[in-house]
Amino acid sequence: MAYFFLRTLIGQIILIALEALAVLVPLLIAVAYLTLMERKVMAAMQLRRGPNVNGIFGLLQAFADAIKMITKETIIPAGANRFLFLFAPFLTFSLAMLAWAVIPTGSGLAVANINVGILYLLAISSLGVYGTLIAGWASNSKYAFLGSLRAAAQMVSYEVSIGLVIVSVLLAVGSLNLNDIVLAQQHIWFCVPMFPMFIVFFISALAETGRAPFDLPEGESELVAGFFVEYSSLSFGLFFLGEYANMILMSGMVSILFLGGWLPPLGIAPFTWVPGPLWFIAKILFCLFVFIWTRATFPRFRYDQLMRLGWKIFLPMSLLWMIATAGFLLATGMLPQGAS
Amino acid sequence: MTQALKTDGPQPGLRDVLDEGPLPESLLPEPAVEQKVERRTVEIDSHSLNFGPQHPSAHGVLRLVLEMEGEVVARAVPHIGLLHRGTEKLIEYKTYPKALPYFDRLDYASPMSEEHAFALATEKLLGITAPERAQWIRVIFAEITRILNHILNLTAMGLDCGAVTPALWGYEEREKLLEFYEAVSGARFHANYFRPGGVARDLPAGLEERIGRWADEFPAWIDDLESLLTENRIWKQRTVGIGVFTSEQALAWGFSGPCLRGSGVPWDLRRSQPYDTYDRVTFDIPVARHGDCYDRYLVRVAEMRESVKIIKQGLEQIKPGPVKVQDPKFSPPPRAEMKRSMEALIHHFKLFTEGYHVPPGATYTAVETPKGEFGVYLVADGSNRPYRCKIRPTGFAHLQAIDEMSRRGMLADAVAIIGSLDLVFGEVDR
Repeated sequence: MAYFFLRTLIGQIILIALEALAVLVPLLIAVAYLTLMERKVMAAMQLRRGPNVNGIFGLLQAFADAIKMITKETIIPAGANRFLFLFAPFLTFSLAMLAWAVIPTGSGLAVANINVGILYLLAISSLGVYGTLIAGWASNSKYAFLGSLRAAAQMVSYEVSIGLVIVSVLLAVGSLNLNDIVLAQQHIWFCVPMFPMFIVFFISALAETGRAPFDLPEGESELVAGFFVEYSSLSFGLFFLGEYANMILMSGMVSILFLGGWLPPLGIAPFTWVPGPLWFIAKILFCLFVFIWTRATFPRFRYDQLMRLGWKIFLPMSLLWMIATAGFLLATGMLPQGAS
Repeated sequence: MTQALKTDGPQPGLRDVLDEGPLPESLLPEPAVEQKVERRTVEIDSHSLNFGPQHPSAHGVLRLVLEMEGEVVARAVPHIGLLHRGTEKLIEYKTYPKALPYFDRLDYASPMSEEHAFALATEKLLGITAPERAQWIRVIFAEITRILNHILNLTAMGLDCGAVTPALWGYEEREKLLEFYEAVSGARFHANYFRPGGVARDLPAGLEERIGRWADEFPAWIDDLESLLTENRIWKQRTVGIGVFTSEQALAWGFSGPCLRGSGVPWDLRRSQPYDTYDRVTFDIPVARHGDCYDRYLVRVAEMRESVKIIKQGLEQIKPGPVKVQDPKFSPPPRAEMKRSMEALIHHFKLFTEGYHVPPGATYTAVETPKGEFGVYLVADGSNRPYRCKIRPTGFAHLQAIDEMSRRGMLADAVAIIGSLDLVFGEVDR
């Protein structure tokens, strides 16, 4: 049996497919229940019940939504570029799924434990902007076009500060491997010594995923629904799934970079009994809760204010912090071996 | 409009597509010169954005044609009339009591205040005064209406700026207030409760205590609302310095109500020409100085607190008594009376078919509705129907200013401005 899976070509393909499914299926279920969680948490904050008709506590609501979305008609607006119009949601969705290949849920527990995992993540999340741009352009609608312009500007701006924050983390770790990044936090999570960067990263993650208060690309009260205003049915659904998968991905990145991934908060008995992946999930859930909490609390930024925050505050701050980190590590001789 | 554009419209070089006039001379290509200098005329067209009527922030059926240069608004042209129902003309064909319900449907966010204007105008022409209890009930319910309207407006403005939660908190409070509406009139929105000569019927038993209990609890809700918005930095960034209107501008454009007071003009009809029993309550008139969206928001929040004060004073001073003029010509007789008295039956029949004849005359009666000065110019010719009923809406004057306020601002500012002006199209379009 082991021979079949490890030595034959067909066995290898099946194995890889199974590995991919082992990530994708729980991920899609997580996305489905994230929508429910969002609605329930927001409902609690807004003094209402949230979905409670389909199944107990509305547990079947996610599936009801999915069925509704799949069975609706896909409307392609007149004058739209048919191919690109349908290609954009696929691109967004598949990119959101692809990124999960390198996320480790436990020590070494990743589909692809590659050495440059963090670069892979950066590359994938940078590509995400194309889905948005193409969608806005292909819809042939002014609202969608404005939305996609905003989205492009926003994603590019905040990626810069995200990149710099990651660099300062990498300086302290000395490796681009996500597994190593987590293991470097065994003594202390990076959110403690790098607290300001943790905040910058979290806020940038909000902006990167286009969540409130940075949901300008969708800006409901200005642009109706932003870049996907013309989408319906499953093509809309793919954008939707992509957005929520990206939220989970960003929460995962926050946990890996700053909250010690699958590591327990303290390396002593009662905490170490809980398996690593559960810690990881718990941290992701905490981040997602903060995502939703923010959405329920804050008004939306204006486009130019968002740009100002990104370029004039976050960028200098993360740049300064990066230099400070490097200087500190060099001065105290704590620079990790790999980076020297 | 064209004149305004030339002075402070788009920069020279950007030709406005809607501006049909010839290009300014400075932009015309000069007559052919011998030199072989390459001249190119670059024409950057702004694009127009059809904002509404099916737009989540259009507050009903506003159609705003926005002339955009990227994200910047070059010009905002409101198109009105999508909700025009010919109210004024319809009223000319209705008897006075039957004209009243039309006023509920004008500004459907503050129905009773609109009724108040028509009831007072008719009373003035008839030369009757509502009994004291009726006046107190009207004052209490006009203030309840003010709070209803301000909750809706403030939370909707929050929604326009992306704050979702205040709107849903607000619905709960509005629900409580609408229950008071329902208790007195049987309807939650279109109450038809204030009548010429009083109110339709007395408060049901126990309602005064319920309103009192609510008035004690409500300020805590305002505190909650303020905790979400007032000191929120994003909220301030979105509203402070946006849509600034000086007091001169506000007066020149015919502003009234919170929009005028937000610009620093202490003008309130409840204070300057009190009607009903407004002269017997003490309250402050909040005035703000800067005239931006944030100040209009603050004025409304403060007004809600003042309204609670007025309601409490009203509940203290209200005494039992009749709630409509004791003249069967103007108010229907009690049901029991109609079973015994022939005259009561005749009065009832006449009142609900022919109505009453109003002596010839004209009046402009204005009240301070939550949105500002709402006036009714009523001309009576001695018949049982108004000869003319001109309605002075509040939102119309405010809507005009959208272009002036949102020019050179971002698209998102235009949305915040619409929210802060408190527009309701039932009233603007009539």
